[in-house]
Formats: sequence, structure tokens, C-alpha cells
Amino acid sequence: MNALRYIEGVATLRLDESLCTGCGTCREVCPHAVFGHAPGKARLADPGACMECGACALNCPEGALTVSQGVGCARAIIHGWITGGPPSCDCGGDGSSTCC
Amino acid sequence: MRELILPGTPGRSDTGASPRRPPGEGAPLSPSCCTPAPQPCCAPSAAPGPEAGASSCCAPPSRPCCDPSAAPGPGAGAPSCCTPDPAPSCCAPSGASSCCGPAAPALPEIPGYRRWHFVERFLETPAGPVPVVKTRLERPDRLGAALVRLGVGRGDYRVAPGLYAVGSPGPESPVLATANYKLTFDSLRRELSGLDAWLLVLDTRGVNVWCAAGKGTFGTRELVRRIGAVGLERVVRHRRVVVPQLGAPGVNAREVKAGSGFRVLFGPVRAADAPAYLAAGMKATPAMRRVDFPAAERVKVGLVEFANERKTLAWAAVAFFALAGLGSGWFSFARAFTGLCWGMGSLLLGFLAGNVLLPLLLPRLPGRAFSLKGAEAGILAGAAALLAGLPAAGAAGAWLGAVVGGSWWGMHFTGSSTYTSPTGVEREMRRAIPAQAAGLLAALALWRWGLGW
Repeated sequence: MNALRYIEGVATLRLDESLCTGCGTCREVCPHAVFGHAPGKARLADPGACMECGACALNCPEGALTVSQGVGCARAIIHGWITGGPPSCDCGGDGSSTCC
Repeated sequence: MRELILPGTPGRSDTGASPRRPPGEGAPLSPSCCTPAPQPCCAPSAAPGPEAGASSCCAPPSRPCCDPSAAPGPGAGAPSCCTPDPAPSCCAPSGASSCCGPAAPALPEIPGYRRWHFVERFLETPAGPVPVVKTRLERPDRLGAALVRLGVGRGDYRVAPGLYAVGSPGPESPVLATANYKLTFDSLRRELSGLDAWLLVLDTRGVNVWCAAGKGTFGTRELVRRIGAVGLERVVRHRRVVVPQLGAPGVNAREVKAGSGFRVLFGPVRAADAPAYLAAGMKATPAMRRVDFPAAERVKVGLVEFANERKTLAWAAVAFFALAGLGSGWFSFARAFTGLCWGMGSLLLGFLAGNVLLPLLLPRLPGRAFSLKGAEAGILAGAAALLAGLPAAGAAGAWLGAVVGGSWWGMHFTGSSTYTSPTGVEREMRRAIPAQAAGLLAALALWRWGLGW
């Protein structure tokens, strides 16, 4: 699986270590082990693997994590460019869509 | 217009309203305490009166049989009002196919509602009857899954949100939350064979857990609302709900606790790990928390583009035909057909490169950007155009077209992948799209040149 890595060094994930209490929630919800698996205070062990899904920031009880949450989907981004709105993959179940 | 949608009945255009239960909540839904029996089983004397529903020949008039007071032993909330043999069976002299036999499951039937094929029976709970679903997928499930993978009926492949059960869950059984995309619902119930659990199906408008979580439809508000709507606190004694880990982008565990009293436990990413997770006392291993993206999965999710891009491909065909036909002598149909074949051949090679070859070779294609990997797949697939015996310029144009197509559709495969960040996708798009545009113009020029005037 290590062969499946995306563009490094672009993700907007930020950790304020002074706020972290080491509860481990971020490690639990991250689907790409960005925070590693070791217990203790959170640490960005592999920030390049972050896909900005936002699970950690939403569930951090201390607000120590921030990320610009979104979907990594070209169609969604084009949709956002055209409509001037936020990226939306428009896949709310209306039939014709795709990105998820 | 609002429709009444109950768990266990096909939910089509759900409005997000909480599933309302039929009048007389908790009471036997409608007449039938017994499954419909064949006509001969009803003795003339037991013929239903006018108040009887059509479904059961022995329901209302069979009071003697169905009178709880006549039933020995604990009635203990058993859905069936008919016990083994309290009295000579009101019907079914033969005993076989007895409508009041001990095994007769409760099958609430509501006029105007059809049960889903996957509902085995209904379970009485303090919050009303809950459909018990099968853990084996059947033909309609497999057929539906195949069609939806090809894009047919994809936007409306859903089950009614609400509470379901697998096995014979009780007040201490775990509650697993999931989405009402039927593919998701099916993959979860299939994995729960042999277990007793409650399934809390949220209304995600027929979208899978992860995408719905990203949009917030699989989210805190819906979870809190659904817990309340199904009366979960009356069904289970504990106060825990297992949410698939990929629901975490939409579910704030603290707010769910504050809003509903239920503690969110983030379960494994894959439904297949749910039994092991439950067996381990709701503990996930690090491997259960990682998302992967194996080849079979990649190819499967790429297939849907065949349905999605029909319109684009049709418009491209029209454009090729027109552009190739125009020229000396105003319009040549022969040249238009040749151009159509070359152009569509090139386009389809690019399409296959981006939607089949790239998914298949994803970890092996050099680079990180999907537009780059797609172009590489296009270079490979486009080689077929070089072998087709076209004139040099036409062959070069067809090859280049396949490269551009591979890059374009490869870039769009980011949306189907499990690991691309929006910041990264936007960055690669800003670089790739100008190159793709230039490549497309060059390919069109070569193609048109190759066709001659």
C-alpha cells in the first residue's frame, strides 16, 4: 500500500501541540495513520499521507487540529470553479453522478 | 409530497422525514398473527368476517386461537399470538403449513406496503416492530449491485432509513450505524452472519458512508435525529453506537453524546472487520483503521465512468464527424466517417487508459499526480493507434489524443480514489489542464491533417 501515496507537502493539516492532551482520538479516526500508532501526545508522523478528510479536526476535543476539509475529486473542483461555489461532487443521489 | 417509508419497505424518494410507524405502535401491525394460509386451511366456520384483511384467512375470527389468555406459558412479548397448540388449531387440519404453528414468524403486513425481499421477519421491541434482515445476499442484491456498478439506477439505490436487526438482538446487543446506500447496507449485513446486532441506518440519500460523511449527510445531526426517531433508548439498555470509522469526517462524537446520550465508538473501516471488532470488545487493530485500495476495488469503481461519460462521448462523436467532413467540396461523408472512426478510436483508447489501465496499474505508474499517471497509461494504450495502419499524421494524432484522454480521465479518477487531498488535486489540475488543452489542440490538428482535404 505504500506505493499509493499522493502529492506530498501540500496538505493543510496543522497540529497545535500545546493544546493536545494525548487523548488519541485523532489516531483512531485517521484512515491513513498520519498520526502514527504510538500512544502519547499527537504527532504528525506522516503528514504527506493526509487526504484532508477532516475527521481528526472535527473530533479533536481540544481543537488542536485544523485542516481545510474537502474532497479530493477533480470533478468536484471543476464544479466549484464553474459555479463559483465550494467544490461539490454533486453526488447527492440525483442520479447522474459519480465521484463517490 | 411526503411518503410513508418504513424500514423494511423499499425507500425510494425519502424526504429525510423520520420513519413514522403505523398507528398503534407496538401493537400487532395488522391482522396477521399467522402467515397467509392456503384457502383449504380455512374451515367454512372460520371464514373471516368482513373486517378481516385480505391477507390472512385465519386472523381476526380466530380469536379463540389467538386469545392471549388461552395461551399457556409466558407470552413474553412473543410476536406470535398463536402458541403451539393451545387449542385445536383454528385452521390447518393437516398440521403441515400450519398458519399458527410454532415456527410461524410474525410478518406485519401493511396495506399498500411491500416488504423488501431481504426482510426475514419482524422483531417486536419496546419501540415497535423492527425488520430482521437476512445475512445472505440473494439474486436481487447481486443483480442490483452489478447494475449500480455500471451506473444503472445508481442515484436511487437505497433502503429506508431506520432501525433494522440481524439475528435475534436484545437490549444488550451492539448498535452499528450505517448509510442507506443499499450497496453499503448489503455489505454490512452480509458480514454479520451469526451475530445479533442492531443496524441503525441513517438517511444519506443513498450515498456511501465516506462520501456522505464528507458532505455531512452522514453526520452528527442525522445520527442524533435518527437515534431519537427510532426510539433507540427504548430498544437497548446500553448507550453506545458503533459508527464506521469513515463516518468520522461527518460525525462529532462529543456532540452526538451531548445530543442523544449515546457514546460514539468508531468501528473499523471495512464491514468485513466488524465481527472481529465486536468479538474483541469493540477494539480495532491499527490495520482495521487503515484505508486501502486494492486492484479489484479500483477497477470496480472505474467502471461507473462508462455510464457517466456516455453524453460526453456522444458529443465528441458529433464533433469528429462535423470537423472531419468539412473541407474541400464543402462536406465529404466518406471523410467524415473516416475521421469519426479515427477520433473515436483514439478517444476510447484514452478512456480505457484513464478508467481501466490507470486503476489497474495505479501503484506501478511512476509519479504522484493522477493526470501524469493517466498520461502514462495513455502512452501505453495509444500504442494501439500506431498499429492501426493510419497515415503518419493521423496515427500521431490518434496516439496523442489517447494520451490526453488518459490524462483527463486519470485526473478524474482522483474522485474515486481513497487517498487524494483536495489541495493536491487542485494543484495538479492547475498544471495539467493547460497541458491537456494544448495536447488536445495538437492532436486535433494532426488528426485533421492526417485525414487530408
